[in-house]
Amino acid sequence: MPIIEVRELTKYYRVHRKREGLGASFRGLFRREYTEVQAVKGINLTVEAGEFVAFLGPNGAGKTTTLKLLSGVINPTGGTATVMGYVPWERRNEYRRRFALVMGQKNQLWWDLPAQESYRLHQQIYGIPDDRFRHTLDELTDLLDVTKLLGQPVRELSLGERMKMELIAALLHSPEVLFLDEPTIGLDVIAQHTIQQFLRHYQQERGTTILLTSHYMKDVAALCQRVVIVAGGLVQYDGSLAGIVDQFSGKKIVTLQFAVGVRPDDLARHGTVLETQWPRVKLGITRADVPRVLAETLRDYAIEDVSVEDPPLEEVIADLFHQVS
Amino acid sequence: MSGTTVPLPPIGFADRVRTWWVICRTALAERMAYRGDFALGTLMRFLPIITQIFLWGAIFDAIAETSPGDGTPKRIGGFDLAEMVAYFLLTMIARAFSSMPGLASGIAGQVRQGEIKKYLIQPIDLIAFLLLSRVAHKLAYYAVAIGPFALVFFLCRDYFTAGFPPPHVMVAFIASLMMGFLIGFFLEAAIGLISFWMLEINSLVLIFMLFSFFLSGHMFPLSLLPEPIGWYVNLLPLKYLAYFPAAIFLRKIPDDELMTELLIEAAWLVFFVILCRWMYSRGVRRYSGYGG
Repeated sequence: MPIIEVRELTKYYRVHRKREGLGASFRGLFRREYTEVQAVKGINLTVEAGEFVAFLGPNGAGKTTTLKLLSGVINPTGGTATVMGYVPWERRNEYRRRFALVMGQKNQLWWDLPAQESYRLHQQIYGIPDDRFRHTLDELTDLLDVTKLLGQPVRELSLGERMKMELIAALLHSPEVLFLDEPTIGLDVIAQHTIQQFLRHYQQERGTTILLTSHYMKDVAALCQRVVIVAGGLVQYDGSLAGIVDQFSGKKIVTLQFAVGVRPDDLARHGTVLETQWPRVKLGITRADVPRVLAETLRDYAIEDVSVEDPPLEEVIADLFHQVS
Repeated sequence: MSGTTVPLPPIGFADRVRTWWVICRTALAERMAYRGDFALGTLMRFLPIITQIFLWGAIFDAIAETSPGDGTPKRIGGFDLAEMVAYFLLTMIARAFSSMPGLASGIAGQVRQGEIKKYLIQPIDLIAFLLLSRVAHKLAYYAVAIGPFALVFFLCRDYFTAGFPPPHVMVAFIASLMMGFLIGFFLEAAIGLISFWMLEINSLVLIFMLFSFFLSGHMFPLSLLPEPIGWYVNLLPLKYLAYFPAAIFLRKIPDDELMTELLIEAAWLVFFVILCRWMYSRGVRRYSGYGG
């Protein structure tokens, strides 16, 4: 049985439209104009226990809204969702003790107190037995290498250290489902890497079901077997990372290195010339045409080297986002 | 790591009580993070009482000069000068229970900046959590303020001409302070919860504070108000924030009305608790999870 099931989930916001100018603001006091923002337009999703799923999408695509709906922060406009059999927006305590949400831009820890104090409060709120709490805390602080920072007020920690502390807070009660919203946002490469490593290790050991949103393709490539692309409030793609290129890019990139002195000027008839750096030329070529173009160019010109590659994933995704929005 | 996830044991009543205690302790620790500012703020609250003593001294002198009379102490709204000063000292105690600095604006800030999400995700109730934190803040405040309070009351002991009230009045006084604390909390929390509908409530809070300043008896005893205004103000719950406890202590409320008055106060308290709960459950439903 799937651990997360989402059917035709929608969320529309009614937003007060403000017009420019003082006069318009004044009129707005008496007659308010609203526009409807359709953040999520009908998402369908099924996640099995133990999956690590990435949500990709441009800003405003509905990723965070979906996570908010699944964690019960907001109520939907329509559709259904169950997580571990619970309806998230009923906000039952039994449910809330079994999942966690980490938002990269929000903190749950008490700013002026050492993280340790917040953890102790968490222990009480979630009802974690003493020995289990100590065991989990030791393990997590050890893995993230923050044992020394436990006694320091959170406000004195760096962004990366704080993110680690946030993660620990979210994992103390050993949630079965974990929602991560941009957990590496604003972090340097090293901190990003540490958190990736940690998440991978943790997920493999525990088999926790994780839904992650991120803008860093590296996070996604390192962690998730399955990618769900959300754009315009709908699921546009659901499958493996490699599959995105197959599905959305009909092109290959062919790099030709010509012999000295060979500079043909009719390459554009084969495809798009992407880059010219004599003696090397990069061409974007429709996939079906690749064998023919290779045969023709090899026949017509003196060529020293050839390579055929998929276009970079980032570009394919950027193109895809562009098309949808 | 320990492999598969073992379910957490159910939470019993004893665990709940322990949670409340830890929330109190954590809020207290947070309070102590800025001790200097906190102590200074606490002490500065005693300054206005000195102005009050001088002001009412001058008013009573002026009345004595314009209408000499038979030598019995002049009264305003049923209060002579000594009672008037005692009244302000007592409202200071009442306010120490019922005032909730930053509660409404704090809730509004949390709604606007999305920090309220934390209470929707975690198995904890926002209002209960805020109430416990407030209890902790008050305890910290009393711990610091008890010294200065004792000193001021000792210096002003002569104004309490009637001495200590009898035990049953004392009980009523303490009950009114406790209920004053709770009414203050739930009333201001309800104002803060309006932010689910109107994001910016600062001016609303300001208006409330202004009304509360005059109509709670913080500025002057409510018995000074002319009829029929006094009659209407008496119907409002604001009097429980300052006037009512002081009036009980000074025996301005007849014994046979005491019980009824306390019951009316309790009814107001129940009303505000229900209002708060209702607003919270409605508000959360229309909440749109601002801020990322």
